[in-house]
Amino acid sequence: MLEIRNLHATINGKEILKGVDLTVRDGEVHAVMGTNGAGKSTLSNVIVGNPAYEVTEGEIIFNGKDLLALKPEERAHEGIFLSFQQPVEIPGVSMTNFMRAALNAKRKYLGEEPLSAGDFLKLMREKRKIVELDSKLTSRSVNEGFSGGEKKRNEIFQMAMLEPKLSILDETDSGLDVDALRIVAEGFNSLRTAETSAIVITHYQRLLDYLRPDIVHVLLDGRIVKTGGPDLATEIEQRGFDWIKEGL
Amino acid sequence: MEQQYIDIYRQERETICQHAPEVLNAVRDVAFDDFCRLGFPSQKVERYRYTHVAEAFAPNYGLNLQRLRFQVNPYDVFKCDVPNLSTSLYFVVNDQVLPASEQAPTLPEGVIVDSFCRVAADRPELISRYYGKLAQTGQDAINALNTMLCQDGLLVYVPKDTVVERPVQVVNVLRSTVDLMANRRVLVVLEEGASIRLLCCDHALDEVQFLSTQVTEVFVGERAHLELYELEETHTGNRRFANLYAELQSQASATLDSITLHNGQTRNRADVVLAGAGAEARLNGLVIADKQQRVDNNTLIDHRAERCQSQELYKYVLDGEARCAFAGKILVREGAQQTVSQETNANLLGSPDAHIFTQPMLEIYADDVKCNHGSTVGQLGDATLFYMRQRGIPLEEARMLLKFAFAADVLQTIHLDPLRDRLHYLVDKRFRGELTKCEGCKMCKA
Repeated sequence: MLEIRNLHATINGKEILKGVDLTVRDGEVHAVMGTNGAGKSTLSNVIVGNPAYEVTEGEIIFNGKDLLALKPEERAHEGIFLSFQQPVEIPGVSMTNFMRAALNAKRKYLGEEPLSAGDFLKLMREKRKIVELDSKLTSRSVNEGFSGGEKKRNEIFQMAMLEPKLSILDETDSGLDVDALRIVAEGFNSLRTAETSAIVITHYQRLLDYLRPDIVHVLLDGRIVKTGGPDLATEIEQRGFDWIKEGL
Repeated sequence: MEQQYIDIYRQERETICQHAPEVLNAVRDVAFDDFCRLGFPSQKVERYRYTHVAEAFAPNYGLNLQRLRFQVNPYDVFKCDVPNLSTSLYFVVNDQVLPASEQAPTLPEGVIVDSFCRVAADRPELISRYYGKLAQTGQDAINALNTMLCQDGLLVYVPKDTVVERPVQVVNVLRSTVDLMANRRVLVVLEEGASIRLLCCDHALDEVQFLSTQVTEVFVGERAHLELYELEETHTGNRRFANLYAELQSQASATLDSITLHNGQTRNRADVVLAGAGAEARLNGLVIADKQQRVDNNTLIDHRAERCQSQELYKYVLDGEARCAFAGKILVREGAQQTVSQETNANLLGSPDAHIFTQPMLEIYADDVKCNHGSTVGQLGDATLFYMRQRGIPLEEARMLLKFAFAADVLQTIHLDPLRDRLHYLVDKRFRGELTKCEGCKMCKA
């Protein structure tokens, strides 16, 4: 599904990614762990095409397409979704209008007719249940006045609406209490299929206990330095990252 | 620049007076003297800092001093109305007030919506009592010029304790085959306890250069209630100089909305005096401008009595090479205790070549007041745009949604639901760039 080769990226001229290689196959969940500033968020931003970052070398192939040649919205239409670490508040734009614009843009890209108002609202109702999102929230402006937990739930709700092929969860666990974490994680799990994949970026084991990744990577100083099974996450939780750094 | 207008008056004074009611002629010479003395204001004049007045008045415009009728009946051809809004509809073509349509619904007893010419035939005192009382010619050249040239006007008169349920819509249509100047006059008189909602819109139907001056005087009596919505939807060859003066007596309230959807050059002045205790004024403005459009809103809210409230919200969404200005002063005079006043001007700039000059001002001479004022200038946030694009919303669509969201809270101040819905639709169209080619009429053509 996703093939990242020798990816180098900078922000404001500073090199953050220094040659990342990563392959994600259909149905796999990958975890990316690492210290603060290691480049985890940069990696997710580069995959979705945040214009603040500049790719200086390497390539990303997504289902056979050169991802770096696509605009952010086209990458979204191709099926890439990022659950933001800090979802943006958009005063004055209702969740309904926002979601309708997003969904219909994707349908247009895929050559499908826009969804009727009735079908759209039905879909909203259905998907809301997955993350137990209150109908009051979906009638408000995007993320405006939402609590930290509500914002993260709203991200998974949007994911459910857009049905991406590859989801990237960027520290979706940060700022969540135990109950909210469970709701978000269970929501995410219920959306998993054999054809969908995910990259989960986190500092902690906690979220991974729910999501059960197939493969765990350690990203340090802009490179993936270690890859292993789910046990690697447990080991990091117990021993930290220093032993990995020392082994380099 | 002044000379051509001085010459016109000297040469055509007789013609002007011949086709105008006596109440207007009575103050014409004084206005002329004032105009000669004042001349067009330079940008050194504080309230005209942001507009080149003389330049706008320099071209040689035609004047319809003989009051020839434009042959097309707008009641038949004008379709661009507000759906689901049942109004009493009146047309002003250039500066001629047309008689109401025969199918027009009857107004409550005693209410007058008619031209000065027709009202002056029976009840000239209704006009003379108010005409020129707020819009003094001695201090403002636009008032002076308008007063010396104008030959008719529209009177809206609502007698004591009369509530006009059905909104009154006044459509100003500019029509001409040659470049034309129109001098309009509006007088709104609400006696004690009266209430009316007025919607005035400006359209320019022909592709010639138009220059209109408009002087509006609004008298809101004790406990009276006025909503006045002004909407401009003209073309880039249109120049509008509009001065609005309002005086509110005790417990009166007025909402004055000014929306510039599409224009050429616009200068709107609004001076509101809160003359009686407990009066309340709300001024709202929305400006959408791009290309080389110019909009200059200049307001003064004068708190002269105690316990009055004023709220002012002006928002601008600018793109292209638009150059616009907002200058608003809140003046709280000595003795205007317990004044509550809030003034906000927020601006969204979508292009590096768009300019806004913003000047919120507060001048307070009373000690027990609650006032604040402020302005913001910003661009669409990169983080927000990226968030939307990540969800698949194309960049242009994302920009449009955000601009619309920015403008929406001014539209929320409109209490007439069908009008608000219509404006939502028009603003949306405007941001999509579709308002420059409006179907059915040429009014919106760029």
